[in-house]
Amino acid sequence: MTPLLEVQNLTMRFGGLTAVDSLNFKVEKGNIHGLIGPNGAGKTTTFNMVSGFYKPSQGRVLLNGQDISGLPMHEVANRGVVRTFQHSTLFAELSVLDNALIGTHMTFRPNLLKAILGLDSSARRDALDRARTSLEFFGLADVEHELAGDLSHGHQRALGMAVAYASRPDLILLDEPFTGMNPEETRRMMGLMRRLCAEGTTILLVEHDMQAIMGLCDNITCMSFGKFLAEGSPAEIRNHPDVIEAYLGGARHVA
Amino acid sequence: MRNFAIWVALTIVLIVLPNLVSFSQQEVLVFLTINILVVASYRLLTLTGEWSLGHVVIMGVGAYASALVTKELGLWVPLGIVVGGLASALIALALSVPLFRMKGFYFLIGSFAAGEIIRLLWKRFRDPFGGAKGIKGIDPMPDFSIGIYQFDFFEPVSYFYFSAVVVALCLWILWRIEKSPVGLTFHAVHWQDKLAQASGVNLRRYRTMAFVIASGFAGIAGALLAHYIGTINPNSFDVEVMVFVLTWAIVGGTGTFYGPILGCVVLTILNEIVLRELGLEQTRPLIYGLILILSILFMPNGLESIVQKVTRRKDAK
Repeated sequence: MTPLLEVQNLTMRFGGLTAVDSLNFKVEKGNIHGLIGPNGAGKTTTFNMVSGFYKPSQGRVLLNGQDISGLPMHEVANRGVVRTFQHSTLFAELSVLDNALIGTHMTFRPNLLKAILGLDSSARRDALDRARTSLEFFGLADVEHELAGDLSHGHQRALGMAVAYASRPDLILLDEPFTGMNPEETRRMMGLMRRLCAEGTTILLVEHDMQAIMGLCDNITCMSFGKFLAEGSPAEIRNHPDVIEAYLGGARHVA
Repeated sequence: MRNFAIWVALTIVLIVLPNLVSFSQQEVLVFLTINILVVASYRLLTLTGEWSLGHVVIMGVGAYASALVTKELGLWVPLGIVVGGLASALIALALSVPLFRMKGFYFLIGSFAAGEIIRLLWKRFRDPFGGAKGIKGIDPMPDFSIGIYQFDFFEPVSYFYFSAVVVALCLWILWRIEKSPVGLTFHAVHWQDKLAQASGVNLRRYRTMAFVIASGFAGIAGALLAHYIGTINPNSFDVEVMVFVLTWAIVGGTGTFYGPILGCVVLTILNEIVLRELGLEQTRPLIYGLILILSILFMPNGLESIVQKVTRRKDAK
């Protein structure tokens, strides 16, 4: 069976710096896959290449066996891969509901002529339903009329995921979803991700919060200095000597 | 019901108003009506966050196109006005190819340069554009009667009624676009283009769409102007006029649909009544500049912010 997402030999160079060097990994359908590594390991760069934000210098990104590398971000999104951003990147000046409505853009394409003539009322209603369902899923139903910029940090992160979820993607890319959350919020967010996964959405996430990653992921890829380091289940990664060395420094130096 | 009453009242005011003012003020009303369409269409472009300095030249494209097809090809004037709008939209579509490789400040400068190129082409080619002297003797709207009212287009009142209906129709379409999912997507492109793109929005396509629609309506405004004054030349659409459009939009505020229209109406009334009465109309650019600076300093969200404050207070009561 072809994996949902496969990264082959992916390389990104910024001038003389090789941020990601011949990276290979696979994300199986229905899994929660983690991408970890110390700061500067190239996780976010990898993310940006998969989502189409950067064009890789070399290598390929395959989605269901089809090459999507170098496609612009909206084309990648249209193929069912939707990402969130680090920090709270939202339409801060728009209402929470409008944020979610923009997430439905791909399913309910706005049509100019129909909009002027008022022939798109059923599509608008369906989009509204979809947006509301998405907000409910992330527990945001009671704040839908507030401005996104006025929400608390935890709610903003949840809204970022609700916008992505509103398009019902096959694969959702989460860039550090737990940053700045307290343990309680983290726990709740982990529950939501498991539910998301149970509904058939595959998740690829970059994260620093080891507790969250270890408790959540089916499979983990670890990178260091742009290179592939190790892959395996949380238990395997936790005890992998290379991973421990990358995070804590070489054992021989410690000794 | 309350809304309906407001619309009826507004219609009655618009029908009665031109009969209460002097002849020269009737002319001003016609220009005001056309200018309202120019700023309202300009706002649609600013929804995507891009500000153009070529909007008035694009309006001129509509004026030239309509003038030429009616004069040279003998096309019926109302159709000519539609052709004017289409011509502006097409030119905007062509210009969008180079211009939307840029964003923000660079787009602003690029649009200015593109506009100047078009204006210089009008000046350079006497055939068919008439060179620096422009086009004279543009066909007026043919007179017609709707039974209760005889439209005589040598009277500004008639032309005011005609242009008010056309502009109202255009404003209604612009309003529908803004309140539709397309309008929401324009906002999304403006506020957070990366997230919009990650949600599957083709940024280039939506920027182009806003530019083309805005330009089309500007073209209709230009054509309305051409068939009223009967003569146009490249200087009717120079950057000075663009500065007035910008002033209306900024002083009115671009956060709401009515903001730029409000700016246009208030500043025109100020100009025509206050300055003309005081005999200061020669100082219009000076005073406009002063108003622009003062409103940026003390009223950064424009006149609309005052309206919003007043209406919010009323709601609170």
